[in-house]
Amino acid sequence: MNLMSKDVDTGLTEKISVSNLKFFYGSTLALKNISLPLYERQVTAFIGPSGCGKSTLLRVLNRMYDLYPNQRAEGEVMFDGENILGMKDLNLLRSRIGMVFQKPTPFPMTIYENIAFGIRLYERLPKSEVDARVESALEKAALWKEVKDKLQSSGLSLSGGQQQRLCIARTVAIRPEVILFDEPCSALDPISTAKIEELIDDLKNEFTIAIVTHNMQQAARVSQRTAFMYLGELVEFGVTQKLFTNPTDKRTQDYITGRFG
Amino acid sequence: MALDIAKYRRRRLRSTITVGLCWAASGLGLTILAVILATLLYKGVAGLGLKVFTEMTPPPGSDGGLLNAIAGSLVMTFAGVIVGTPIGILAGTYLAEYGRYSKVSSVIRFINDILLSAPSIVTGLFIYELLVRPMGHFSAFAGAAALAVLVIPTVVRTTENMLLLVPNQLREASSALGLPQSLVIRKVAYKAARAGMITGVLLAVARVSGETAPLLFTALNNQFWSTNLNAPMASLPVVIFQYALSPYEDWQRLAWTGALLITAAVLTLSIAARWLSSSRTQQ
Repeated sequence: MNLMSKDVDTGLTEKISVSNLKFFYGSTLALKNISLPLYERQVTAFIGPSGCGKSTLLRVLNRMYDLYPNQRAEGEVMFDGENILGMKDLNLLRSRIGMVFQKPTPFPMTIYENIAFGIRLYERLPKSEVDARVESALEKAALWKEVKDKLQSSGLSLSGGQQQRLCIARTVAIRPEVILFDEPCSALDPISTAKIEELIDDLKNEFTIAIVTHNMQQAARVSQRTAFMYLGELVEFGVTQKLFTNPTDKRTQDYITGRFG
Repeated sequence: MALDIAKYRRRRLRSTITVGLCWAASGLGLTILAVILATLLYKGVAGLGLKVFTEMTPPPGSDGGLLNAIAGSLVMTFAGVIVGTPIGILAGTYLAEYGRYSKVSSVIRFINDILLSAPSIVTGLFIYELLVRPMGHFSAFAGAAALAVLVIPTVVRTTENMLLLVPNQLREASSALGLPQSLVIRKVAYKAARAGMITGVLLAVARVSGETAPLLFTALNNQFWSTNLNAPMASLPVVIFQYALSPYEDWQRLAWTGALLITAAVLTLSIAARWLSSSRTQQ
């Protein structure tokens, strides 16, 4: 049985299907009945003004909010036939749905260890294979050439852009199915940003990707689907090109033309 | 609008006075410290010699050193730290990681703060009632236990504070890789907070190595060399206390020397702790 539903209109597979999702910080409702799909091997961008709930939505998908008290989600988030909100083994979930954060967060260890660490957590591999996996992860993150001669130096010695690519390599190395990017370029310079955008475009051949961004050009450049959120609501969701050129909702129109936000 | 010169002058004057007072206050504090150190050095160096480190505490009127007291201090401080540190680190970890938001934690935190500021003589009396009375005699065990009780709150506090300094982003990032919380703490949070946590332990060592009151009620003193943990044991602070109060000049001289030794040791530890924590921030 195929647990994933095929979308009739698009022919794409829904990797994650969010339906009627509500999210509460204490008693504050931060997400109001969100429903949308994340298509397999597609980049879905989330745009909207600060505080609209884009990051909150992302943090529901890997249950990040579980680290904090007084935060809870209601509704249904189906991931390969299982409701994420009801999952018990969060570590397993997070190994299948990776996340890259706004600020680069290398661990206080060597570049090599930053990546090997996660691999060893799930698989018992001989050293040569771990080496190969580290190399291929760094290749995929377009970082291998820059660091191959200093794998044993601290991850903190890298530049901001390199650190962010190290974090992407670390996430890729454990072979997740979905990767969530939470404003991955907002702390980076334009050149590093361009590199990461290129990277995301490559990664979508292998992974399902969701990216939160404040930068509308970025959303337009990297994504196939875009969701516009406003005040905890999903205002509009659709094919990126259409959303940016011919939005259905007045609020989307106003936002992308820079009238508010 | 024109500048109100008079008002500006008044503010400048107030500023100058305040800065002056600050300088005076720090000057006063530093002078006192310098005088103490100078006196200690002047009086302590006189009795300093090889004998201090090779001979036992003497009876009045004869030659001797502080070997048994130094050894006793080392043994009991070491034992106290060995026992107190793991407890302190585990408790601090609970407060910062597992129970950061729980009600129990705020109670524990409050109690720990009380322990931290409790007079050490109370700790001495507590261990006296708990160990010395039931055992029927003073012992190095009891001394070490009293020191451990003093180590715990210091280490709890520094461990918690250092772990709280580790950015939550780092925890989120490691959880996002699918690390269970225990590994997030051991492999990531401890690594990031290590220098600070070691500093905390060093400061705890520095604190307890100068404690006299808790040892008076527990380990008491011993005129002779003893490695028996189940018997009274000499320690530098208690020997200093006893010898400084005595009417014998040679005892008083030894007390000064002992005080110099402790101060030097504590100063070294504090500087080491400082150096460690600054090298952490430069990373």
